[in-house]
Amino acid sequence: MKDTAIQVKGLQKSYKQLHVLKGVDFEVEKGNIFALLGSNGAGKTTVVKILTTLLKQDSGTATVNGFDVATKPDNVRQAISLTGQFAAVDEILTGRENLIMIAKLRYLKNPRQVADDLLKRFGLTDAAERKVSTYSGGMRRRLDIALSLVGKPHIIFLDEPTTGLDPEARIEVWKIIKELADGGTTVLLTTQYLEEAEQLADRIAILHEGRIIASGTLAELKKLFPSAKVEYVEKQPSLEEIFLAIIGKKEAK
Amino acid sequence: METAKKHFFSDLGVMLGRSMRHISRSMDTIVTVCITPIAMMLLFVYVFGGAIQTGTDNYVNYLLPGILLIAIASGVAYTSYRLFLDKERGIIERFHSMPIARSAVLWGHVLTSLVSNAISVIVIILVALIMGFRSSAGILPWLAVTGILMLFTLALTWVAAIAGLSAKTVDGASAFSYPIIFLPFISSAFVPTNSMPTVVRVFAENQPVTSIVEAIRALLSGQPVGNDIWVALAWCLGILIVAYLFAMRAYKRKAA
Ligand SMILES: Nc1ncnc2c1ncn2[C@@H]1O[C@H](COP(=O)(O)OP(=O)(O)OP(=O)(O)O)[C@@H](O)[C@H]1O
Ligand SMILES: [Mg+2]
Repeated sequence: MKDTAIQVKGLQKSYKQLHVLKGVDFEVEKGNIFALLGSNGAGKTTVVKILTTLLKQDSGTATVNGFDVATKPDNVRQAISLTGQFAAVDEILTGRENLIMIAKLRYLKNPRQVADDLLKRFGLTDAAERKVSTYSGGMRRRLDIALSLVGKPHIIFLDEPTTGLDPEARIEVWKIIKELADGGTTVLLTTQYLEEAEQLADRIAILHEGRIIASGTLAELKKLFPSAKVEYVEKQPSLEEIFLAIIGKKEAK
Repeated sequence: METAKKHFFSDLGVMLGRSMRHISRSMDTIVTVCITPIAMMLLFVYVFGGAIQTGTDNYVNYLLPGILLIAIASGVAYTSYRLFLDKERGIIERFHSMPIARSAVLWGHVLTSLVSNAISVIVIILVALIMGFRSSAGILPWLAVTGILMLFTLALTWVAAIAGLSAKTVDGASAFSYPIIFLPFISSAFVPTNSMPTVVRVFAENQPVTSIVEAIRALLSGQPVGNDIWVALAWCLGILIVAYLFAMRAYKRKAA
């Protein structure tokens, strides 16, 4: 077996009548940043929830860190952490208290030390004693990601980590994600921003109408772009153009 | 599974610590929970009290049990509110994606409800003492009263959990408590039921609040409690069990 952190095969999920996932397949290698790209309502959050044991799939299999999410959820939870689409931080506690709480729930030996280290790393030391309700959106997101790093999980899920952030805060989050991957952590992130996937990801998969319609490295995806359209030789097609071209092709069928 | 079970109490401790911090940081929740019942107590004792014939010379004694129930009914609305916010803000999902005992998340809220309602009950009893409340009851009757109030709190807390877990809006999360807060008014909490028209009286005498109020009143005044205490216990246990089952179902549904 090669170093696969996440393996998804034929994943299907419906909410009542709504068939959201119609057979999703992809793999994420250990230590990679994998971007799941899709527009609003494509089913990104649904995939993330299944992989983080919050939701059960209707059919298909998913393994995370070698464990089946449906049958071995406890083992999966040992290996992962989730930063959901909307910052899940305790507004009434301070930043430090949030971190200490998670460290205690992960049974770490020295919760205070862990909290201090992460506060420093995320530039939140000055705000550590303030209630989170006074934080800006960017600070909240940083704390949210910091909470996910408590206990050094092997695999981190980030559901639209930069949605709603201003460009500066976004670049900061990007930096954090890159550092994570450099440290050997596997990152699965979802995004609607093609630029984000382009900036960060080792591999990209495009989720559209319940299936992965294209996946690969950025270079591989660029090859999918119809070359006849490349009239301006000096301009590389952006992921956005590739995305639209692929969707256009599918819908034309 | 084994590890998760082993950690239940440690996780529960963390959860309790968390929501007790919430309460101590928004003392207004406890104040709000206490103020309305205390205001009612003042109103009934000093404004209406003279006109109400209860057959006892100390109206505060007569009134206190009903006031406590009203305080608890409005107190559990905050449990529902906190649970709703945790659900909406993804806090429950964060906890559930972690290797912890999942049930500790819900039980943390339940335990917090017991503790915070106990605080409001104590505050209200202290105010009642200043207003002239006196009890001849010994330690055993007081323990019985404590037990009934805890059971009542627990029963309503599970009702609150259903509301908090299944509500779509913040208002929806606490709306369930209004009819419960209103129930004591159509009971023997403020006036004896025999002055009520027949239909109302039949309802008043057979709804849970009356038996709970009568049982507590008898215990506090050193009277024989008779049947009321068993009826009260049956109501509380019945509501508790049914609400618990529905709340657990709602919780499992939320947490696949
Ligand atoms: N609990 C639910 N019940 C019913 N429908 C749901 C539920 N959760 C999601 N859906 C629907 O499933 C579809 C996919 O939702 P999902 O949240 O996975 O999309 P997404 O790609 O994360 O979208 P977004 O970019 O808006 O976050 C949407 O049409 C959504 O309305
Ligand atoms: Mg989403």
